[in-house]
Amino acid sequence: MGVNGVEKVLTKAYEGKRISAAEALLLFDANLLELGMVADHCRKRFHSEEIVTFIIDRNINYTNTCITYCKFCTFYRPPGEAEGAWFYSNDEIFEKIEELVSIGGTQVLLQGGHHPKITLEYYTTLLREIKKRFPVHIHSFSAPEIEHLSRVSRKPVREVLIALREAGLDSVPGGGAEILVNRVKEIVSPLKTTTEKWLEIHETIHGLGMRSTATMMFGTVETLAERIEHFERVRDLQDRTGGFTAFIPWSFCSGKTELEGKIEEAGGEDYLRTLAIARIYLDNISNIPTGWVTEGYKVGQTGLSFGANDFGGILMEEKVISATGTAYKMAIDQALSLIRRAGKTPAQRNTMYEVLRTFE
Amino acid sequence: MTFSSVGVNEEKPYLRTNGYSDLVEKIAENERLTFEDGVRLMQSPDILLLGRLADQVRKEKVGDDVYFSTNININPTNACVLRCQFCAFYRPLSHPEAYTERLDDILARIRHAHSHGVREAHIVGGLNPKIPFDYFLDLIRRIKAFDPDIHVKAFTAVEIDFFARVYKMSLEEVLRSLREAGLDTLPGGGAEIFSPRVRELVCKGKISGERWLEVIAVSHRMGIATTATMLYGHVETIEERIDHLEKLRALQDETGKFTCFVPLPFHPENTPLEHLGYTCGVDDLKVYAVSRLYLDNFMHLKGLWNYLDEKFAQVILHFGVDDLGGTFMEERIAHAAGAKTPQALSQNRMIQIIRQAKRIPVETNSSYKVRKRWA
Repeated sequence: MGVNGVEKVLTKAYEGKRISAAEALLLFDANLLELGMVADHCRKRFHSEEIVTFIIDRNINYTNTCITYCKFCTFYRPPGEAEGAWFYSNDEIFEKIEELVSIGGTQVLLQGGHHPKITLEYYTTLLREIKKRFPVHIHSFSAPEIEHLSRVSRKPVREVLIALREAGLDSVPGGGAEILVNRVKEIVSPLKTTTEKWLEIHETIHGLGMRSTATMMFGTVETLAERIEHFERVRDLQDRTGGFTAFIPWSFCSGKTELEGKIEEAGGEDYLRTLAIARIYLDNISNIPTGWVTEGYKVGQTGLSFGANDFGGILMEEKVISATGTAYKMAIDQALSLIRRAGKTPAQRNTMYEVLRTFE
Repeated sequence: MTFSSVGVNEEKPYLRTNGYSDLVEKIAENERLTFEDGVRLMQSPDILLLGRLADQVRKEKVGDDVYFSTNININPTNACVLRCQFCAFYRPLSHPEAYTERLDDILARIRHAHSHGVREAHIVGGLNPKIPFDYFLDLIRRIKAFDPDIHVKAFTAVEIDFFARVYKMSLEEVLRSLREAGLDTLPGGGAEIFSPRVRELVCKGKISGERWLEVIAVSHRMGIATTATMLYGHVETIEERIDHLEKLRALQDETGKFTCFVPLPFHPENTPLEHLGYTCGVDDLKVYAVSRLYLDNFMHLKGLWNYLDEKFAQVILHFGVDDLGGTFMEERIAHAAGAKTPQALSQNRMIQIIRQAKRIPVETNSSYKVRKRWA
């Protein structure tokens, strides 16, 4: 039996050589288990020990008022619509962080809608107040929020980032990348940050010595080639800056969005395949979390065999106002159990992916 | 097999054997696995290796077709004299929520399901001594009178044994009467885990593993095919799982009338065993893959989508599974115990799940008679 193109690409990746976009595209036809073996092998280059990390963090969605109207979003409310809209006070935010810190959490993820009336000063004050009170890492906002702030404050992105950094911003999550191909963005999020702008903002973040992550939301209207194009743009920027700590792929969940019923959601197989190809292609990014939030516990746990080395954030649900230590502890226990039952050792990490505590 | 006998393939250097090259070789040579081999495989944390082997065996045995049936679940009664620890469905006979459905109501539901393309009725229920045998015979007769093409898959070995005791008939007499009424096949439920230690803990009072195998053997000898199940993920050990597979394989050697094997992950909610929690994905995948490898004389391996979730159901198709079960209109038993899946899956969605996995959907019934193949 001759070796076909797919097998040659798998062998090439297995041997540690960089694969091209055209080669990566072939991997969508690879045997899923063989693809997994190569991705797992690539994962071991970064993480030779069978440790799976997770972070205890809290997502604080301070407002859902937004002027960007993305078709894949059910979260936002347009300005002026009072029903169901919220804006947390600083005290409410502090209370949430207090809860996070009390259960050993280390990371605060502030993310919100593009509110037309919030100023840069609001954020710098908030960040300073948080840092005064809590020893937390502020991993917050996203490229589109930074761009929005730059517009609202009429300052260049770089100045906005410097102001936020001085106020306490430590690193920036990779949200808003969706698929880094403008054809896709024009369909699903026409008013949001373009591909070039997203990359430019992250390059600026890295240039200021800050780290960020890159994400990908797939399973909307993109082609498989466009997914690879996304990987390529991320890999290319990482070659130049080295500033991405992680790549976080997840699949689009269409329920209640404008796209519901119009697109075919990615299945579990597609998720594992895309995860594995990302691990193989992104030979310059150390960490890839598995997506149990969107894929479910079972597929999420399976992802640990397809190139993922991290369980992501054990997010404290911001809706759970009374979030007791107990409810949260159960979530951690569940993560520990799933990681252990996958034959790995769980470890709590910080935002920089440094292990804080190993659970033998 | 594309694994070479030494476990390293020069054309595919990335294929790994992780200390299992002897078993890889055995499987490549179609040699039967021993009990110890089965235990070793189930102990491996390498789901990719297990999956790769099981996937290859599946492909050689049944190709790329994935079967499903368009069926309805009928649970004529939930009243039951047993108190199985893993069950959230049953009610004691005198409980206010105990029910026995009227045949007219069941038939109305079947007619409704039939108009939606359903051609298989999967009938199982509690052990309720207040119901006369004629009720069940009439149920089957009326379904067959309505449409003889409806495949009637009814009554587990546990119910057949109960009928024999309550109605004071031999197993053969019970089965003959049911077959004359129109019964096609038996479902494989009630097997749980054959180990007496496990049954004492989770389903005390239910027939023994030996009796289950005896009832099924009688059925097979009369020419009535059945499936076989294994309820896993509660208190059983790896050895007890393999012992279960071993006993099924031995009976299949003798009769050849098991159509498929159906592993059932335990669902804990609303049961006294709630503290045990759900099975995890890695464990499920191991069970599917090892079952495919160990049960070398079973043609089909069924993963019930409604016991998993839709995304994961697609993944198990790469771990030896070639059947996703029924669309299950009105499934109640797994859902009483916390299954989060929808209670029925549309045929279109089933086809989509299978196609996304690059496989060929085939609508069938429990005899694997093809109704339609979406090639």
